[in-house]
Amino acid sequence: MKPDNNKKQKKDDKKQLGLQKTPSGISGLDEVTGGGLPKGRPTLICGEAGSGKTMMSVEFIVRGATQFAEPGVIMTFEERVPELALNVASLGFDLEKLQANKKIKVDYVHIARTEISETGEYDLDGLFIRLEYAINTVKAKRVVLDTIENLFGGLANEAILRAELRRLFTWLKDKGVTAIITGERGDGKLTRHGLEEYVSDCVILLDHRVLNQISTRRLRIVKYRGSLHGTNEYPFLIDNDGIVVLPVTSLELDKEVTSERISSGIPSFDEMLGGKGFFRGGSILISGTAGTGKTSIATTFADGVCRNGERCLYFAFEEPPQQIIRNMRSINLHLDKHVKTGLLKFCAARPTLYGLEMHLVAIYKEIQKFKPAVVILDPITNFASIGSLSEVKNMLIRLIDFLQNEQITVMFTALNLNDSLRDPTDEAVSSLVDSWLLVKDIEANGERNRGLYVMKSRGMKHSNQVREFVISDDGLELINVYVGPDGILTGSAREAQMIQEETGIAIRNYTLNRKDREIMRKRQVLESKIASLNAEFESVEEELNKVYEEEELRKQILNKNRETMQNIRLSGEKNSKPKKPQNDS
Amino acid sequence: MGEGNRKTVYVMRLFVTGASPNSTRAISNLKKICEEYLKGCYELEIIDVYQQPIVAMEEQLIALPMLIKKAPGMEKRLIGDMSDKRRVLKGLEINAVNL
Repeated sequence: MKPDNNKKQKKDDKKQLGLQKTPSGISGLDEVTGGGLPKGRPTLICGEAGSGKTMMSVEFIVRGATQFAEPGVIMTFEERVPELALNVASLGFDLEKLQANKKIKVDYVHIARTEISETGEYDLDGLFIRLEYAINTVKAKRVVLDTIENLFGGLANEAILRAELRRLFTWLKDKGVTAIITGERGDGKLTRHGLEEYVSDCVILLDHRVLNQISTRRLRIVKYRGSLHGTNEYPFLIDNDGIVVLPVTSLELDKEVTSERISSGIPSFDEMLGGKGFFRGGSILISGTAGTGKTSIATTFADGVCRNGERCLYFAFEEPPQQIIRNMRSINLHLDKHVKTGLLKFCAARPTLYGLEMHLVAIYKEIQKFKPAVVILDPITNFASIGSLSEVKNMLIRLIDFLQNEQITVMFTALNLNDSLRDPTDEAVSSLVDSWLLVKDIEANGERNRGLYVMKSRGMKHSNQVREFVISDDGLELINVYVGPDGILTGSAREAQMIQEETGIAIRNYTLNRKDREIMRKRQVLESKIASLNAEFESVEEELNKVYEEEELRKQILNKNRETMQNIRLSGEKNSKPKKPQNDS
Repeated sequence: MGEGNRKTVYVMRLFVTGASPNSTRAISNLKKICEEYLKGCYELEIIDVYQQPIVAMEEQLIALPMLIKKAPGMEKRLIGDMSDKRRVLKGLEINAVNL
């Protein structure tokens, strides 16, 4: 809520001039009141029995003492000190320790008409003295009177009582303490004895309503003099950390947005969304009929987020966390690992556990505490069982609003009860979300397969193709569907188609191989022919060469003979050259 | 006048706030009653709560002035300026002859 707080801060600065406020420290209440309760003035908290008046006022004191260094006094007219301490111990408040450390002072006022007889004029100076003493002991800045109306039960003279109460509230203002006075709701009036007459600065009404057997606590600021305040009814929750009020975030559409993307954890699916995945801070709806793998998609997303070292908060409304972890092991997702490292947190609750508002408060609180990057709600369908469609839609609007402010990505899963696309839940929610994925059964050839559609995805290029969504031992994968003559093919039909195509390729390859071999053989035949021709040619050539050589030889011999003959003749004439014929031979 | 079992001693504490009109009235009214009905057999302690605020808590004081009868019998609390004599006597369980 950082941007919101800043805005509030600015508003506060302006208001500082007029009215100073004391932060209550109660989660959410200060947002609703625009900074806290009026400083130095009494505030009336009224409501029926069990609406949380005491809890709220005690938390005001305890938070003041522990967080704002403002000690406080609790004057209780109903519960004894040990009882009160025990009751608020369930919220983690240790009153005894705070008392011992002089941070707070608890005073139990006992009054019973039967033990007292009135003998004339009196005043409530005893109460004033006690209160003053308590305030002085701890130097209190905060005071709670719970429930001062009990005095009406103990004292008969109402005229005196009313005058004294008026004096008390003026006195409290003079003391400069920020006070809370609680009062029981009366018929047609805010309080049974009309305390609102005296406390006119700030009145907070608490309500505890049961509708369809589901209870919801609500808070409304009836009046806050001199200050702007939220006028709605705000749901609130009392749990082991105290009170959490859920401010209904303004529905102004002026949130900051980012174009940063966050992977869905399934690479082939990111491809369908322009190759990058969802927008950070966006909202994603996965809808589908039973058993289409919505939870698998959600957990894969969670796994991917955790593997990136970011936090993920998983609200499981249907299955206990251990069951999800076990089931997801079958698709090779080891979520327990992330739970151990603290990146993944499961919050499991049945939707019917409490009302919508309370769920919203509980979710809000968990998110504030865990500060995740991604929130998953699995599934939102069952909320319809505790609220009407428009109520569910309202709640989700507020949740999405809040998450968008915090830049938290949210993924909802929703179960379609019938196979038609126009399921009411989808209709209500789909207009709110940024991305809507639909997982649908594709039934053909006696089997059921899953097809995944991206129905919408704002602000990014997304595939218009139906992909087959396969859940295997290794995780999730999207496969391009085969488009055959009879439409898209999935599952074993796709497998068959693939086999068929493979066969075709094999046959073609075989044919090609055979042709290659024939060519080889032909080449071999021809090559051997060429070799024999070559050999023939060589022998002819040799023959021819032989003829040439013989001729040459003959020529040489003839020449030799001729020379010999000549030499013989010459030697016959001169007898001077006998060497030459010897050399030649 | 008030004879009978005279041996019982009345132990009473009156809590007042300074010299406020109610307080002064209460003190004088009570003293008058005591002198009239319990002469010589009562112990009355007057405590100014302003001086001892811690007593206010210990004694569960709210409305003042307050008279606490410690003895005899059950502890009894009376508030107011003690102007209603009948109620004071009834509260202190004094059987007055002329009511």
